[in-house]
Amino acid sequence: MTSLLLLIPCALLLGLVGLAAFLWALRSGQFEDLDGAASRILFDDPPVKEKHNV
Amino acid sequence: MNAISPPRHCRHCGALIGADSASVFCGEGCARAFALIEAAGLSSFYDRLVFDPAMRPLRPEARPARDLALNVKSHDDGTASLDLMVDGLHCAACGWLIEILLARCDHVTMARVNHSTRRLRLVWRGGPECASAPVELVEALGFRLTPFDPARLDSALGKEMRDLLRCLAVAGFAAANVMLLSVSVWAGHSTGMGQATRDLMHWLSALIALPAIFYAGRPFFRSAWQAVSHGRTNMDLPISIGVVAAAGMSLSETLRHGPYAYFDSAVTLLFFLLIGRVLDLRTRGRMREAAAHLLSLGVAGATRLTGDGQAETVALSALHPGDRILVAAGERIGADGTVASGCSDLDTSLLTGESLPVAIEPGTAVFAGQLNLSAAVTVTVSAAGDDTLLAEIVRLMEAAENGQARYRRLADRLIPFYTPFVHVAALGTYLYWWAVAGQIWQIALLRAVSVLIITCPCALGLAIPAVQVSASGRLFRRGILLKSASALERLAEIDHVVFDKTGTLTLGTPELQADPHRDEDMLRLAAGIARTSRHPLARALAAARPDVPVVAGVEEIPGRGLAAGQTRVGSRVWVGLPDDASTEPELWLSPPGREPIRFAFGETLRPGAAETVSWLRERGYRVSLLSGDRPAAAASMAARCGIDDWQAGLDPVGKVCWLSACKAVGEHVLMVGDGLNDAPALSIADVSLSPASGADIAQTAADVVFQGTSLEAVRELLRVAKKARSVIRENLAFAIFYNLAAVPLAVIGLVTPPLAAALMSSSSLIVVLNALRLSGRRPRPEGRS
Repeated sequence: MTSLLLLIPCALLLGLVGLAAFLWALRSGQFEDLDGAASRILFDDPPVKEKHNV
Repeated sequence: MNAISPPRHCRHCGALIGADSASVFCGEGCARAFALIEAAGLSSFYDRLVFDPAMRPLRPEARPARDLALNVKSHDDGTASLDLMVDGLHCAACGWLIEILLARCDHVTMARVNHSTRRLRLVWRGGPECASAPVELVEALGFRLTPFDPARLDSALGKEMRDLLRCLAVAGFAAANVMLLSVSVWAGHSTGMGQATRDLMHWLSALIALPAIFYAGRPFFRSAWQAVSHGRTNMDLPISIGVVAAAGMSLSETLRHGPYAYFDSAVTLLFFLLIGRVLDLRTRGRMREAAAHLLSLGVAGATRLTGDGQAETVALSALHPGDRILVAAGERIGADGTVASGCSDLDTSLLTGESLPVAIEPGTAVFAGQLNLSAAVTVTVSAAGDDTLLAEIVRLMEAAENGQARYRRLADRLIPFYTPFVHVAALGTYLYWWAVAGQIWQIALLRAVSVLIITCPCALGLAIPAVQVSASGRLFRRGILLKSASALERLAEIDHVVFDKTGTLTLGTPELQADPHRDEDMLRLAAGIARTSRHPLARALAAARPDVPVVAGVEEIPGRGLAAGQTRVGSRVWVGLPDDASTEPELWLSPPGREPIRFAFGETLRPGAAETVSWLRERGYRVSLLSGDRPAAAASMAARCGIDDWQAGLDPVGKVCWLSACKAVGEHVLMVGDGLNDAPALSIADVSLSPASGADIAQTAADVVFQGTSLEAVRELLRVAKKARSVIRENLAFAIFYNLAAVPLAVIGLVTPPLAAALMSSSSLIVVLNALRLSGRRPRPEGRS
């Protein structure tokens, strides 16, 4: 049963990391444009880089 | 010139162009936009572009100068930002093009298009004056940008959504971890887990579940408290009691080293219910956003002339009676008043629903919201802001809407019966075990609380949102937006469908009527001259022969007609005939040395109109036509569609009265209309439907907005609503039956935590799966964007 003392905190910690990641994503506005995010990946080159090349 | 070749499409905007036109573009603007994209090396845009027929075409238009500085926000670090609504985003490639081109602009540090909300955020280094260059660049491509204030539009809805998502995340985390611990406890019951270990598990569960319930339960507790403090009950009351009872009882069991704790039931219950809430809010949010977008496009300022003849741009709210404002061609009039100077044509369809423009001259009264078509005029303001006719109609509409808000949804009507039953059952259980069976009060309370937990309406909370999401998803894919959450329920009760005429049964655009005696060469000549004008009749004439090129040197006299040398096209008076107060829309062509030739126009029926009417009548709906137009026009349109019940010459108040009379005799009315003049009628009807081509205000008033031209949407809507109602009833019946069937188990004390968890999860799952039947088997069409 001593393994529980290690495993339960581990499980909880991982869960908390997931929760924190979700809350961070929510706060930083990653859920605000789901349609855009889905199609954005299909287009090449972030436009900012091209600006430096020109 | 007479050789007929297949129609071609403009290289930029895809519009149909004449086959013998020398250019591959439909106009100067498109050619410039194409050159701009070509020069930037981005012609791959055209390969990626997917046209959305419901969208405004990508045709660049000259727009009156605007003052962007009003909405520019300056930041401390030397940058400034501007938020804009983008009209004309056909697909993801459009956003990509805008972002790349803007990123190459001087000063611009960030340009990001939000595809879901169709907004563009622009950040640059410098003052407000730098905003115009990038905005003009994007408008030159054919998009239309409207600045807006994000703080004003980002309603409470967005905040509520973020709060709910946070609650959902916390509840999800807690549910998963508590379930993990619970399963090991359940397993421990059969394999002989020690009491110390079980207590540890229970304490850990309490540690996770109690703060999570406290945090994630807030939306329910708050709403339940509000209901109770007003002496009412709602769905959230049994939920709150169930959750709190489960948590409280589990805590006392943990303190007493008892074998059972229901922490998992309490948090999974919250988790499932929050899913329902999020789905519900998401549907509402998407529809509201679409409406807000449409509405904000219409908002603009006015150009006021100061005493010394200078023009200044001011907000509409800054106008006062006595001001003189300049209204350019293509602009909407911002206030009520009279024309001071200038002649033009006025599109009054927003106010009267009449599709044909009227000529205005100095002295004519004009009203806010009317569209100036052909030439700039000066207007002396007589009423502005809240005193305009437009504002009056909006008030009429709001008054009607307040009446509609009284509709009580099915679930709300059910709860007053359900809640007392649950509480009486729990009380009875307690009394039985304590007084009749002679148990100690703790055991009796335990049984009573388990009755509360098992009857907690988890599936009930999901039963309706799940159906609504599924149904509105299906409708959304067919271009029908449900704006109001209860519209589906109300739609299922409809027995009377009322159509507006202009713009609803018809497309609102005139169509050249066939005439066997017509001389083809004369028609081609008239079409060529008419092509230069924006007047709706001239456009209809030009559209009748799309392959005829523009005739050079045409002069337009606003309110009268067109002249190309000696040849004239225009009204009866314009070609020198006596005015006979003819009621039919017509244009005359007078070639030099010949008798004037008449072209008569009729209204184009919306596709599927006649079929929809006969479909409705077959199914026993009463179908009526309400029109603000002349009786003759209304009667002929009614005959064409197969409607024998029609009313003509009704103003907005008349329509409202007529609908009120129908409602008074117990009919449930669906109103289909598109104009501002229909808006009050739309608000007072039980359910209202507006085409996406309709006036902004009609779309705001309507519960449902449909895209595309076909009236097929009416049929689909009623079909889905009927089906949704039966699925909602199945779900509710099932959820209640399921919960009640478990009551005897709880009363005799057989409900253990694993059983409670299994019962709750399976009922939620079955309800959701049943709702999914509605979404139809058709796969999602590609390129939905």
